[in-house]
Amino acid sequence: MDVVLQQFLNALTLGGIYSLVALGLTLVYGILQVPNFAHGAFYMVGAFIAIKLMGGWGANYWVAMVGAAIVVAVVAAISERLVFHPLRKASGLHPMIAAIGLLLFLESGAQALWGAEFQRMATPYSGILEFGGLALPAQRLLIIVAAFTLMLALHLFLTRTVTGSTIIAMAQNREGAALVGIDPDRVAIMTFAISGMLAAVAATLYAPINLVYPAMGNLVITKAFVIIILGGMGSVPGAILGGLIIGFAESFGAFYISTDYKDIIAFALLVVILSLRPQGLFVQGAR
Amino acid sequence: MLKWIEGRSGWALLAALGALFPLFAGNDYRLTVMSTAYIFAIATLGLNLITGYTGQFNMAHAGFMAIGAYTLGILTVDYHVPFWIAFVAAGAVTAAIGLPLGWLSLRLKGHYFSIFTMCVGVILFLVLEKWESLTHGAVGLMGIPGPSPIGPLKFETPAQMYYLMFAFLVLGAWVMKRITHSLLGRTFIAIRNGDDLAEALGIPLMRTKLLAFIVSVLYAGWAGALYAAFVRFVGPDVAGAQNTFDMTMYMLVGGLGTVFGPLLGSIAVPWLTQMMQFLQEYRFVIFGPLLIALVIFFPHGIAGSWMAWRARRAAAAVRPVAPATLPATEAPGA
Repeated sequence: MDVVLQQFLNALTLGGIYSLVALGLTLVYGILQVPNFAHGAFYMVGAFIAIKLMGGWGANYWVAMVGAAIVVAVVAAISERLVFHPLRKASGLHPMIAAIGLLLFLESGAQALWGAEFQRMATPYSGILEFGGLALPAQRLLIIVAAFTLMLALHLFLTRTVTGSTIIAMAQNREGAALVGIDPDRVAIMTFAISGMLAAVAATLYAPINLVYPAMGNLVITKAFVIIILGGMGSVPGAILGGLIIGFAESFGAFYISTDYKDIIAFALLVVILSLRPQGLFVQGAR
Repeated sequence: MLKWIEGRSGWALLAALGALFPLFAGNDYRLTVMSTAYIFAIATLGLNLITGYTGQFNMAHAGFMAIGAYTLGILTVDYHVPFWIAFVAAGAVTAAIGLPLGWLSLRLKGHYFSIFTMCVGVILFLVLEKWESLTHGAVGLMGIPGPSPIGPLKFETPAQMYYLMFAFLVLGAWVMKRITHSLLGRTFIAIRNGDDLAEALGIPLMRTKLLAFIVSVLYAGWAGALYAAFVRFVGPDVAGAQNTFDMTMYMLVGGLGTVFGPLLGSIAVPWLTQMMQFLQEYRFVIFGPLLIALVIFFPHGIAGSWMAWRARRAAAAVRPVAPATLPATEAPGA
C-alpha cells in the first residue's frame, strides 16, 4: 500500500511539472497556432540560469527561480518578435522549421556557454519528511504544492483579469479580438513571456531531482506535446489533465511494467489513443 | 539558369561533375565527405517528397533511416546474410514498419501529423537504445561489412565507395524526377496545396498520401543501409532528431518541393560545415539563426528563390504588354 502511495506522490510530481510545461505550450498554440518546438529549450535555459544564479551569485533558491523566470520570459518575448512575428502569414511548415532553428540555436548556445556536461542543482529542501511510515522527499512535496499553486494563479489570471481575458479572447477568435480593440502583437508577446516563465519555473522546480544539461528539454517537450494532443491543443484545463494522465501513466508504468521503457509509455499511449480517436481525447470534432 | 539546370543538359553536366570528382578531389577525406553527403542527399530526397511535395512534415525521417541501417547491420553481423540480400531487406523492413505508422499518422492533419511523427521518432530512438538483445543497445552495432562485390565491381577503396554512393544518388534522383514530374507528382502537389480541394477533385487522399509516405521512407531506409555499410557502425543516434533537423535544413536551403534543391542543399551544407570545422558542435549557433533567416527571407530556398526571381524579371519585362499573364506566383517545383 505504501508503495502505491509512493507512486501516487511521484505521479503528482511528474504530472505537475509536465502540466506546467504543457500549459506554456498550449497557450502559445492557442494564440499563434504554432507548435513551438523551442519550448523545451526555454525550459533548459531556465534550469541553467537558475543553476548559474545559485552557483555564481550565491542566490537563494527562490530568488534564482524568479531570476530564471524573468530571463526566460525575456528570451521568449524576443523570440516571438524576431522569429515568429515575421512568419505570421507564412504556411504551416515554415514557423515549425523556424522553431527548430530557434531550438538548435538555444541548445548549442547553452552548450557553448555552459558545456555539455551533466550538472546538479543543489536544493535547500533536501530533507525527507516521515509521515506515518511514508517517506516524503521535501523537494517533491514542494514541486507538487508550487506547481498546483502556479496553475491556480494562472487560472485566476486568465479568468479574473482583463489582461488575461485578452489572451483567452484572442485564442478563441483572432479577428473578433482585433475588432474589439485587442492588440494582437502585444498579446502574442505577453503569451510567449508567460509560457517562457512557466517553463523556467517548472525547470527550476524539477532540476534538483534531475540533471541539468543542454538537451534536457527534449524529452520533456515531446511529452508536453503528447499532453496537449491528449488535452486538446490550446486548452488550459486539457493541459493540466493531460499532464496528470501522463504523470500517472509513467509513474505506475515504470513501477508495474518496466523502468527501461518508462519514457516510451507516454508515446505509446498517444499512439493508442490517436489510433482510436484521431482528433484527440477531449477535442470536439476534428481540427 | 535554373530552368536549364533542371533540364536534361543541366543534369548531364551535374552527373559529369559528380563522375569526375574523384579525379580532382585531391584526397580521400574529401571523397568521404562527398560520399556521406550523397547518402544524406538520398534520404533528403525522400523527406522532400513527403514534406516538400505532399506538405506533411515528417519528423521521424531519421528514425526510418535508422531502421534501414539497423536491418542491414543486424542481418549481416548477427545472421551473416549476404550484403545485397540484407540491403534489399533493409528497404522491405523499412516499408513494412512504415506502412502501419504511415497509416496511423497520415490520418492526422498539419501540426498533428508532425507532432505524432516526432513522437514516433522518439519511440524508435528509445527502442533502438533499450532493446539490447536485438540492437546491442546504446553501444551500437560494430563490424558491419562493406558492400560485397558485384561481378568485377569491388567497393573497397574510397573512390570505389564514392562511385557506389554516386550511382545510388543518380538512380534515386532519376526515379524521384520521374515520380514528381508524373501525374502522381501532380496529385502530391494538389494535396499539399489543399487536401479538401484535392479530395473534391477525386484524388483518393489516404492512398495517395500513404504512397508518398512509403516511397519517402524507402529512400530513408536505403540511405540508412548505405550509411551503415559506409561507416561500418550504427548506433541509436542515427535515429536522433538531430539527423532529421539536418535533413530539414538541407531541404530548406535548397528549396522545398524541387528535386534539384534538396540535392544542392545536401551537398552545399556539409561542405559549409567542413569549412567551419573549428566550430565543431557549436555550428548550430550559426546554423540555427541561418535556418530562421532562410525561412523568413527565402521561404523557397535557393532553387525556389531563383525561380521566383526569374519569374518576376520575366513578368517585369512583359508587364506593359500583357499584365494579365504573369507567371510570377507559380509554386516552386511546379
